Amino acid sequence: MASLGSTRRTFAPWADPAAKPYIRFENVTKRFGDFTAVDDLSLTIYEREFFALLGASGCGKTTLLRMLGGFEQPTSGRIFLDGQDMKGIPPYRRPVNMMFQSYALFPHMTVEANIAFGLKQDGMPKPQIAERVGQMLKLVKLEQFAKRKPQQLSGGQRQRVALARSLAKRPKVLLLDEPLAALDKKLREETQFELVDLQYELGLTFIVVTHDQEEAMTMADRIAIMDKGKVLQVATPAEVYEAPSCRFVADFVGSINTFEGSVTKTGSAARIRDRSGTEFRVADAGEAAAGDTVWLAVRPEKLSISRERPADAANALDGEIWDIAYLGDMTVYNVKLDDGRIVKASTINSIRRLEDALTWHDRAWVSFSADAGVVLTR
Amino acid sequence: MVRLFSMIGSRLVIAVPYLWLLVFFLVPFFIVFKISLSQTTIAMPPYLPVFGLEEGISGFIRNLRDLSFENYLWLFQDALYVNAYLSSLVIAAVSTLLTLLVGYPIAYGMARAPATLRPLLLMLIILPFWTSFLIRVYAWIGILKPEGLLNQFLFALGVIDEPLIILNTTSAVYIGIVYSYLPFMVLPLYAALEKMDYSLIEAAQDLGCPPLAAFWKITFPLSAPGVIAGCMLVFIPAVGEFVIPDLLGGSRTLMIGKTLWDEFFFNRDWPVSSAVAVVLLLILVVPIAYFQRAQARAREQES
Repeated sequence: MASLGSTRRTFAPWADPAAKPYIRFENVTKRFGDFTAVDDLSLTIYEREFFALLGASGCGKTTLLRMLGGFEQPTSGRIFLDGQDMKGIPPYRRPVNMMFQSYALFPHMTVEANIAFGLKQDGMPKPQIAERVGQMLKLVKLEQFAKRKPQQLSGGQRQRVALARSLAKRPKVLLLDEPLAALDKKLREETQFELVDLQYELGLTFIVVTHDQEEAMTMADRIAIMDKGKVLQVATPAEVYEAPSCRFVADFVGSINTFEGSVTKTGSAARIRDRSGTEFRVADAGEAAAGDTVWLAVRPEKLSISRERPADAANALDGEIWDIAYLGDMTVYNVKLDDGRIVKASTINSIRRLEDALTWHDRAWVSFSADAGVVLTR
Repeated sequence: MVRLFSMIGSRLVIAVPYLWLLVFFLVPFFIVFKISLSQTTIAMPPYLPVFGLEEGISGFIRNLRDLSFENYLWLFQDALYVNAYLSSLVIAAVSTLLTLLVGYPIAYGMARAPATLRPLLLMLIILPFWTSFLIRVYAWIGILKPEGLLNQFLFALGVIDEPLIILNTTSAVYIGIVYSYLPFMVLPLYAALEKMDYSLIEAAQDLGCPPLAAFWKITFPLSAPGVIAGCMLVFIPAVGEFVIPDLLGGSRTLMIGKTLWDEFFFNRDWPVSSAVAVVLLLILVVPIAYFQRAQARAREQES
């Protein structure tokens, strides 16, 4: 699997201007009565990409997926798949398959018959169907369950049957609607990697809808973060995390400290002053002009926590330790500043027993470098 | 002590329905069965022998010797009865099929209707029960008779020149049965269709199945328990139906319920009519047993 890592790292068709998009949403809007589920959305997805649509429930991500599957028609706008306009093409004639959140396994058919369903529908000869079903069962490691009915399987096994069924027809694109939501945490983590390996081996385009940011970050090449029917940012997991485009994205993915202030000095050694008068030193304020209201966003792990003010720190705030969340691998400190704001700082527990550990109500300094944060203008 | 009482209490609760069955079903059945083994006579009651306590044990044994299965043999010797049974089964089967054809789209439409509308639709299906069954069947006479509403309507439209003869034909019986038993078909079908997960249909379509094929491969098989329940609820009472063939079918429609009535009230042959009733019950035991098994299987699958 060593090659997998290196190949994946160089897989970035979105950065290549010559690359042809495989799936294109062009100004797609979908309204249900008064409710706008998807609002003038444009998006491109490339072949062999593992793409995640991430957002809270009701953000329109599932509607977007269902429009690609053909189960909903856009109110306006167009959807292209491999250069072909999908308008008016019913679900049963689209070269995409969907894995439903409920799995939607046919309860009156065996596992085998469920997987064979789409193949039979296409009129594939029987010996070939048997062969393909065998391959699929092997792929999802369910060979000995072929004759079972769905209700005789565990949740994880059902998920695999649903996956095998949706892959059996070798679709160009596989749509996965919250594929892991019904699994417990441990199984979910294992399955995440299996899905990625599977997608890579089969060379398919996967589009997964999820509300779980960890799931999206683990699996996807790129993530689209959605809110209220709009895409706020489309980027790789690292970009989404380290360079969020706005406060919503910064807040939705992971946890973050944001300091509201106005730009007092622009350029490469910028300054941002918050309302309590603290002046932050920032390596890059981006496009913000002097006087603009901006938000300096810093991830908790970019903050250091110490009893004394570090001499070389670009930015330092002092306060009282208000809460400590010990998570095993790391500890999150909530430090209450004197003006009442709470700042989160996390440290890795690389030493088993720390002498003189910080504890509740200790005074402490949180500090971060000039390039630790990102300046957000909206 | 408390436990003893609660044990007796629970036994009592279980005993009530069994007692009910014993007193109101089994005892009458045995009375009918006994009469079916007797001979007809002009007396009160109109059959022999009559068991009495005053005759003692020897009289009881003598009376037992007088019982015979002659009436049953008679049923199979006279083509009238066999034909009436067969005709009843055919009419019941055809009307069950017709009721299914009419009821399925109704139940399907109800199950797919917006959830807020469903209680109202359900209410509309049950609404006819608020009027007497007899009155509703009589109303059909007014609709179907040669100068009735239907013919007047078709005349007014100019579709027909002379009245359609529907009343007093088998068609009228079909119309009556389909109309009267429709709710018994729609309700179990609706129950089966309503709990079906619509994403199954979407999954079938996603896998390349056009809507009609998806219906036959997914919706229909999954509604099978409802289809079986609905068909049995229509078929079983329709076989022995008396009121509808009597009022709408005229003299030409041969059904066993009517034959039984004639035997009982016109011929005053209680033993033969009892035998007719017992054989009808035996014929219906087969579909009833099948229905019970299908229900048990459906329950098993759900759990």
